[in-house]
Amino acid sequence: MSAKQEILARIARAGHIVPPAIPREYFRAAADHDVVAQMEEALIDYTATVTHADEQGIPAAIAQALSDVPSVVVPPGLPEEWREAAAQGRDLRVDVPHLTKDELDHTVAVVTGARVAVSLSGTIMLDGEPDQGRRAITLVPDTHVIVLRASQIVATVPEAVTILGEHPERATTWIAGPSATSDIELIRVDGVHGPRNLRVIIVDDAS
Amino acid sequence: MIESVSKLATKLNLNPTAWAAKDEEAAELGWYPGHPAPKDPLRWGQSFPEGARETLQNTQMRRNLGYATRKIRSKRNTRVDEMPDWEALRESASAIKRNVAAHLPELLEQFENNVTARGGIVHWARDAQEANEIAHSLIKAKGVDEVVKVKSMATQEINFNEYMAERGIQAWETDLAEMIVQLSDDMPSHIVVPALHRNRAEVKAIFEARMGDAPADMGNEPRELAMAARAHLRKKFLSAKVAISGANLGVAESGTLAVYESEGNGRMCLTLPETLITIMGIEKLVPTYEDIEVFSQLLPRSATGERMNPYTSFWTGVTPGDGPQEFHLILLDNGRTDVLADPVGREALKCIRCGACMNICPVYQHVGGHAYNSVYPGPIGAILTPQLIGAFDHHDPASSLPFASSLCGACYDACPVKIDIPTILVHLRHRYTEANRGGVPSIWDVGMKAASKFMASGSGMVAAEKLLPAARILGGPGRKIGHIPLPMATNWTFVRDVPAPPAQTFRQWWDEREEDSPAAHQTGADPATPEHQPHHQHHHEHAREGK
Repeated sequence: MSAKQEILARIARAGHIVPPAIPREYFRAAADHDVVAQMEEALIDYTATVTHADEQGIPAAIAQALSDVPSVVVPPGLPEEWREAAAQGRDLRVDVPHLTKDELDHTVAVVTGARVAVSLSGTIMLDGEPDQGRRAITLVPDTHVIVLRASQIVATVPEAVTILGEHPERATTWIAGPSATSDIELIRVDGVHGPRNLRVIIVDDAS
Repeated sequence: MIESVSKLATKLNLNPTAWAAKDEEAAELGWYPGHPAPKDPLRWGQSFPEGARETLQNTQMRRNLGYATRKIRSKRNTRVDEMPDWEALRESASAIKRNVAAHLPELLEQFENNVTARGGIVHWARDAQEANEIAHSLIKAKGVDEVVKVKSMATQEINFNEYMAERGIQAWETDLAEMIVQLSDDMPSHIVVPALHRNRAEVKAIFEARMGDAPADMGNEPRELAMAARAHLRKKFLSAKVAISGANLGVAESGTLAVYESEGNGRMCLTLPETLITIMGIEKLVPTYEDIEVFSQLLPRSATGERMNPYTSFWTGVTPGDGPQEFHLILLDNGRTDVLADPVGREALKCIRCGACMNICPVYQHVGGHAYNSVYPGPIGAILTPQLIGAFDHHDPASSLPFASSLCGACYDACPVKIDIPTILVHLRHRYTEANRGGVPSIWDVGMKAASKFMASGSGMVAAEKLLPAARILGGPGRKIGHIPLPMATNWTFVRDVPAPPAQTFRQWWDEREEDSPAAHQTGADPATPEHQPHHQHHHEHAREGK
C-alpha cells in the first residue's frame, strides 16, 4: 500500500464525521470608514513613512522618497513617468532580464505599485502584476517605495481576499510595515531580513 | 544523616550534584545550558512533574518567562479588544476546521490535484521517518550539503535538523529565535517565540560564542543582536540552493500554501532558492480561498498581538519566472490520523499554532516549555503530544501531560479556533485511567475499594476516625503535613500541604456536646432539631413541662 493509500485508509477508520454549517457573521465590509486616514495611521504604527500625492504629483513624490538612495530597481510594468522620476540622479535597473541575486543585493531601493490594501490592519498586498514584478525585487533591496492609490484601499481583510481570490494562483505577498522581529524579549526591532524601510505614497484618487 | 538526606533527594528525584554541574556549565558558557536534542521531539524522556521540577530551579528562565508572557498577553488583548467581530471569527474558524476533519480525504485529493496541476510535486509521509527520508533524497539529488529553513513546527516534530546533520547536511534555521535555539544546542520552549526563555544577555553570549562572525563591538540591545543576525544570514540566503519550510495553511480549492512571518527570512527562503521543499501536516488544510480571510485576522492578533504580521507569503505550485522553479510538498500524517479517530480529542487538530494558550497558561508561565518534554508545550501540547504518539500507558512519560493543568479554562477563552482544551484534558485523563485498568489493580482501585467499605457504614467510619488523631503527630507544631512519599498520596502532597487531623473527630465533638446538654438526656437525639437552636430554649421548655 502506498503512503497515500495508507493515510487515506487511516482517515477512513475515524468513521463518518458530520460537517457543521460554516457561519460567516464577521464583518465583510465596514461602512463610513475614512480608509485613507485609517491606512495612514496603521502604517505609521508599523513605522512605515507615508506621503500623499495627487495623480500629477506621483513622479515628484517618488523622487522625494528616493532622495537618499543611490540605486533603484523597478518592475518592467511600472508607468513610464514613474520610472523616469526614479531614474533621475541615481542608477536605475529595470528587472528585464532578471537581475541576479547579487545585483539585487547591491541595489538599495525598489519602486512598485500595489494590488489592494486593507486599512483596518494596515496591510498592502502585491500579486505580481506588471507594476509590482516578481517577489525577489521587493525583498532584497533595503528600501521599498510603494505607490498606493486611495481607490485600492478597502477597509477589511475579507474585501481584499475577495479581490485577490480572482487570481488565487498568483504568488502573493502581504506587507504590513517593514520587516520586524520580537524574538528577543518580545521587543519589536524593525528591519531584519526584508526591507528595513517602507515608504508609502498614497495617491488621492478616490472620489 | 547526610546519607539519609541524599537518599530522600534521590527518591524525590532531586539531584543537587546535577544542579551544581549545570551551574558550573552555565558559568563557563555564559548562558544556562540548553536542553539537549532528544531522540524523539515529542517524547524527550521525562514526565511532566520531573521536567517541571528541573525547570523550576532555573530562576533566570522563570523571570524571562514571566516578563515575556505578561507582555505578549497584554499586546494580544489590546488587538483582540479592538475587534467587535472577534467571536464571529472564532465561530467561523472552528466550523471551517471541523469541516476539514469531516472531508479530509476529498480535500487532500483536491489539494494534491491543484498543487500538481500548477507544477508542484506532492509526496505523502506516514510518519517522521518517511518524511525525513523523502526530504533527504530530494536534497541529496540536488548535490548540496546545506539548506536554509523557515521556522516550522512540522520540521521540529520530525527532528529534521538532526536527521539531516547525521547525514552530512547542515540545515540553517533562519528565524532569529530558532537560530538562537540552534546555536545554543537547545530545544524550543514556545511554538511561536522558541527562545522566549532567553534574555538579551544570554543571546549576546550565545552569538559571541557560536555565530562565528558576530561583530566585535556588539552590545546587548535587541536591535544590535538582530542586525548581527541579518548580516550573518544574508550570505546564506543569497547562496542557498534549497529551502525547507512548513505551512500555516493550504487551500484545497486552489492548491495555495501560506507562510505567516515577521522577519522576512520566510520570504527569503520561499523566494530566492531554486528548490523549495515544504512539509505540511495533513490537518493544515482549509477548503476555500475565502477561508484565508478568517485565519489572517485570527492568527497574527493571537500569536504576536499585531493587527497583521509584517509578511505573509502565498504561493501555488511553481510560479514561472518568480521564485523556486522546483517545488515539493510533503504531506505528513505522523499520528494525526490517530488524533482524528478520537471524537473528543480530534478537536486538537483545529490548532493553528498561535501559542495564545501557552501565553495565558499559569502552569506554562511558571514551568516553561521544556518541562512538557515535547516540542508542543503548554495547554495545546498537553492534549496534542499524548494523542500524536498514543501515550496513555502510565509507563510512558508523555502520559502525564493531560494532568499538567489546573483546568482553569483560560486557554479555551484565548484559543482563536475555540478548542475546548479543558474538556479534552479531562477526556484524556479518562483515557489514561481506562488504559491503565485491568491486570493488577492499581493502588487507587485498592484504596477506593477499602475506603468504600468504611464510608458505607456509620460504625465503619467511627472505627476509621478513631485512628485519625494519631496522624496528628505527623503535622508537627505547624499542624501541616508536607510530602507523604506513599503511592496514593505522593503526587498530591508533593505540591500541597495537608492540614493535620484535628484533635477530635466530629462524632467525638458531637457526643461530648450532647453529654453537656441536659436536653440530650431528656429527649435523646432528635434529627429534626436544628443544630443551631439555642440551648436556653430547651431549658425554658423543661421548665414549662415541670409545671
